Amino acid sequence: MGDLHTWLAVAVIALVTAALRFLPFLLFSGKKKTPKLIEKLGRVLPYAIMGMLVVYCLKGVHVADMGGFLPALIACLVVGASYVWRRNTLVSIVLGTVCYMLLVQLVF
Amino acid sequence: MKRTIKPALLATLPVMTGYLVLGFGFGIIMKANGYGILLTFAMSLLIYAGSMQYVAIGLLSGGASLLTVAVTTFMVNARHLFYGVSMVEGYRNIGKGKPYLIFGLTDETYSLVCRPEASIPPGERGHYCFWVTLFDHCYWVLGSLLGALVGSLLHFNSEGIDFALTALFLTVFLEQWLTAKKHAPAVIGVVASLVCLLLFGADSFLIPAMLVIALLLCLYKEESHG
Repeated sequence: MGDLHTWLAVAVIALVTAALRFLPFLLFSGKKKTPKLIEKLGRVLPYAIMGMLVVYCLKGVHVADMGGFLPALIACLVVGASYVWRRNTLVSIVLGTVCYMLLVQLVF
Repeated sequence: MKRTIKPALLATLPVMTGYLVLGFGFGIIMKANGYGILLTFAMSLLIYAGSMQYVAIGLLSGGASLLTVAVTTFMVNARHLFYGVSMVEGYRNIGKGKPYLIFGLTDETYSLVCRPEASIPPGERGHYCFWVTLFDHCYWVLGSLLGALVGSLLHFNSEGIDFALTALFLTVFLEQWLTAKKHAPAVIGVVASLVCLLLFGADSFLIPAMLVIALLLCLYKEESHG
């Protein structure tokens, strides 16, 4: 079963995570109309967030470390070029991931 | 309701790859640290936040205090506040499943529900978002369970397969870039994150980056030209 402290810690993590997810809805989902500022953020945030998430995923990559940098760069270019060309999410993800795996496992 | 199952399943295939693998990895590490399958299952079902669960293993095995656990969770998962703010309107009249949709709003699920899917009629959107959320949740739980159960038997070199999630975010980013009329919000997101990454380092750049992005976007005028 694991000890009590472990389960309490898991409960705390679950509660804090859920609180972060629910908080904006609790604050702005009432019967009142959503404030203009939040409406605007709702429209423009997705663009900024996806940019932030891409950076977040690549945060461990250092330009100085070629063995880490080149596979990530090449795989991102593969994803980008294939996506602009075919506009097919699945194809780009499979191509990019296979390319990245081959590079980190066999080349670098 | 049934009509939206197939498009949701297709849309979540990239997430399936990533979640099965990352969940699998989580299950393996939990097992290696001596935690039982019930705890692994409970964490993936109830916390359902990938990077935080990896961080949690270190906290649990190190016997961190509950306060440390709470503060760390806040720091790692604060970005979910953003998803909520940006979905307040999109999920306003989404239907009965709303609490579950909010609970399951992970990075990957957010990336799929943050833009309206062209093939889904507005009236079916609630069902579509429900299936996307449920499928993603199942992949994650299933991956964790498999990792805990059979992880030690498998000898497949999966190094680098987690790039699937980076690729997913990149394609969503590109799709938004190609369809958006104005690119300032996307540029703000990337540049602010990069600057904060350089200033604060990989472990603590996310919260400063969020603050800068929120501030700049509040000041940003959508009507303005150039």
